[in-house]
Amino acid sequence: MPQLDPFSRRPPEPVALDDRARDNLRFIRETMERAGSFTAVPGWGGVAIGITALGAATIASTQSEPNSWLLIWLGEAAVALAIATWTTASKAREARTSLFTGPARRFVYSLAPPLFVGALLTALLVRIDFNGAIPGVWLLLYGTGVVTGGAFSIRIVPLMGLCFIVLGAVALFCPWSWGNAFLAVGFGGFHILFGAVIARSYGG
Amino acid sequence: MAKSNAFRATREEKSKRGGPAFRAAESSATNLDRLIHERTRLAIVSALAVNTSLTFNELKQLLSATDGNLSVHARKLEDAGYIACTKSFAGRLPKTEYRLAAAGRRALEKYLDHMEALIRATREG
Repeated sequence: MPQLDPFSRRPPEPVALDDRARDNLRFIRETMERAGSFTAVPGWGGVAIGITALGAATIASTQSEPNSWLLIWLGEAAVALAIATWTTASKAREARTSLFTGPARRFVYSLAPPLFVGALLTALLVRIDFNGAIPGVWLLLYGTGVVTGGAFSIRIVPLMGLCFIVLGAVALFCPWSWGNAFLAVGFGGFHILFGAVIARSYGG
Repeated sequence: MAKSNAFRATREEKSKRGGPAFRAAESSATNLDRLIHERTRLAIVSALAVNTSLTFNELKQLLSATDGNLSVHARKLEDAGYIACTKSFAGRLPKTEYRLAAAGRRALEKYLDHMEALIRATREG
């Protein structure tokens, strides 16, 4: 390719300009990714998910029936998924989809397998009537997904995942009756805390 | 390669010249922000856009630039008010830190718009 001088008096060549513009966008994206501090993870979305999780924890704590407790948390998972999808999409749009769908997709691909495993293990635990271990398993697997998904993101993302893993590990060795509180701390507290930091420092 | 491109360009110019989208792209191409268009400076601004601040050494490593090259380009951006520079000491070592200024962020956004407009214009034209 010849080097083009876009400032010359000659009329610009449309084909070359187009290629050049694409090349420039790619260059900016690669620099930003290498600079490593953009995150496709939406901070405000995390805060919103945290708040709904606290709500779910409050409602769930009043339930005596284990199945209705589980249903409330599954409902919360669906709400969280909707919020995450919406806020990630809008963050990507604001940050220009052409530039940032890459990191977001990578994050989703890394997060999905542990969540799927978590769903399977939940079904298993319900089947063997071992609901007490569910909060710990959820926290552990969600943390795993966030750590792997955030491996290429800013440091705070895998750090959040690590916090979930630690909390999940503690939950496994505490009285089962504390499970709901652990979920509140993790899905509620951590999301709000880390979400706020991400929103403040990493573009929303 | 150059020849065939030029040939294609002149041929397409004839058919596309009149399109409004193309005219818009063409006129905007002349007021492209030269300051940010240069590769090293574009990289500095892009890197700072996704970091609260970066030190001289971090930027140097990131861009694999030489001291002289980086400082010349950073100075140009600083003079334009696109980036802000603070000098301090970390122990005994001098530490230079760069941040993206509001004008720099605007300039980058304008540049991105510009590139996207060019791509769109060619697609539609």
